[in-house]
Amino acid sequence: MLEIRQVHGGYEGRPVLQGVDLRVAAGDFLGIIGPNGAGKSTLLRVMAGVLAPTQGETLLMGRPLAQQRRREVARLLAVVPAPSTPLFSFTVREFVTMGRTPYLGRLQSDRPEDRRVVDEALVAADSGALADRPITEISAGEWQRVNVARALAQQPHLLLLDEPTAFLDLGHQREIFELLARLNREQGLTVVCVSHDLNLAAEYCPRLAVLAEGRIFAEGSPEAVVTEAIITEVYRAPVQIDRGPAGRPRVTLLSEAALARGQEGRL
Amino acid sequence: MRGWRVWAVSIALVVLIAEATALSLATGPAPLPPGKAFRVLLSPLPGLHHLADDANARERQIIWEVRLPQFLLAFLVGAALAVAGVVLQSLFQNPMAESSIIGVSSGAALGATSAIILGWDFVAWGLSGRTVAAFVGAMGITALVYVLSRRGGRTPVGLLLLTGLAVASLCSSVASLILLLGRNHQVTDVVIWMMGSVSYQGWQEVKMIVPWALIGSAVAYVYSRELNALLLGDEQAAFLGVPVERVKLVLLGCGALLAASSVAVAGIVGFVGLVVPHVMRLLVGPEHRVLVPLSFLAGGLVVTLSALVSTLLGAVPLGIITALIGAPFFLYLLHRQGSYRF
Repeated sequence: MLEIRQVHGGYEGRPVLQGVDLRVAAGDFLGIIGPNGAGKSTLLRVMAGVLAPTQGETLLMGRPLAQQRRREVARLLAVVPAPSTPLFSFTVREFVTMGRTPYLGRLQSDRPEDRRVVDEALVAADSGALADRPITEISAGEWQRVNVARALAQQPHLLLLDEPTAFLDLGHQREIFELLARLNREQGLTVVCVSHDLNLAAEYCPRLAVLAEGRIFAEGSPEAVVTEAIITEVYRAPVQIDRGPAGRPRVTLLSEAALARGQEGRL
Repeated sequence: MRGWRVWAVSIALVVLIAEATALSLATGPAPLPPGKAFRVLLSPLPGLHHLADDANARERQIIWEVRLPQFLLAFLVGAALAVAGVVLQSLFQNPMAESSIIGVSSGAALGATSAIILGWDFVAWGLSGRTVAAFVGAMGITALVYVLSRRGGRTPVGLLLLTGLAVASLCSSVASLILLLGRNHQVTDVVIWMMGSVSYQGWQEVKMIVPWALIGSAVAYVYSRELNALLLGDEQAAFLGVPVERVKLVLLGCGALLAASSVAVAGIVGFVGLVVPHVMRLLVGPEHRVLVPLSFLAGGLVVTLSALVSTLLGAVPLGIITALIGAPFFLYLLHRQGSYRF
């Protein structure tokens, strides 16, 4: 579905990606993890086609992304951007309806079909009850679900998310990832999610890619990727890894105190 | 929820505009009853010529040659400035944006000052040298701001904003330098131009602004979806399938033409482009398919009423009135609103 080949890229005078290769197949649920400054958000921008790589290329559905029109790209791929505070008081329905932008002509008003898709997107993202509320007056968790609803209104094949659970409490973090897992499982939606949270990513994503210093450092199942060797090296922090109740790796950060106790135990 | 508000605001605007029209036509050094003024206006319509039977030739002339063009000018200037404000606020994702932010006002001021002081007294297409120079100045400076803000095929809005500020103050200093060369009466001319007015203009100025105001507003309306998307930021608009850089250029040109044509015919009429979109957003929300047409009407209404007040006060310049009413009202809104939400 999406293929990244030897991509270099970044911002003026600051190269971030240094030769990234990554393939996303239809039906994947891929988590991209990595330390701050590794290039996760930059990679997401390149995948979304809003940042042109300086070298290498991105293929979407087998065709170079750079050669496709924005409008057509937006019908295949939707992005849930990193959380930000909305400034303008659109209603939730108006905001989600913007997801229909790539399907509507200039003077065309919303068709019954568009209203149906918007309704479905609201329901799928558990936001139906919010439809008439201004986006400036809903909670952070609700706002994040509404962003997912807008992305779904684009009827994409591929959903890209940038830190969708940043600033959310445990309950809302779970809610977002359960929602993504359900969309992936039930609707076959391909999901690529950049995440800061190793445990959440390991718990929900069947496949993980670790980005470090602008390259893919490791890639594979959570069990293969979330190991003490890899995580300690990439994040430069001592961790202990065991298994959670679902059998997925569970990362515990080791404080100085924990390390001291561990040494005592060994002695 | 918003549906009935949109209708209520639309109906209120249409009623108020009709009243303001009658009052504008009736008010002036030679007052006429508003009803009579309105009937003279309607009399050329087929089958209605008897409506103006009681009006004499001089009254008809006042209505048709003086007050109607002045009313239309005030209305179109207000409408164009308000729509320009809507467009630029979306483009900059900033509720504080208006046309002066991209150099329109300072460019126009530089053009008009040069024309007045350096004595460019030509007449082109029936327009005075200062009108043409103000228009050319406004568009030229906006284009310069745009070109200076390009970075690797993109125009980051933050850069556009700062470049606009820098170029605007540069223009103001150059205009002040030119002002030093002027004689007293010329300096007075410049100062009065800066304050904005529709009291000395006629049909030629109306003819100049009509196409720009109508085409510009129509373009803004046609780009409603893009304006909605841009309000969320350039990148989000791109995620939604908007070819951002191309649309930005179209909308910047559209906002600049709307504002430049108003400033060229009426001088600097402040606060309309800032306050009107803001108030309309509070009333009917930020959805541009509603916001653009209603801001057009509300901008027209506000400047028509301001022109009326200016006439009643004995030709106090229009720009003074709009700022006198607009600034405190804006402060009140900011105060009442409390949080930074629009």
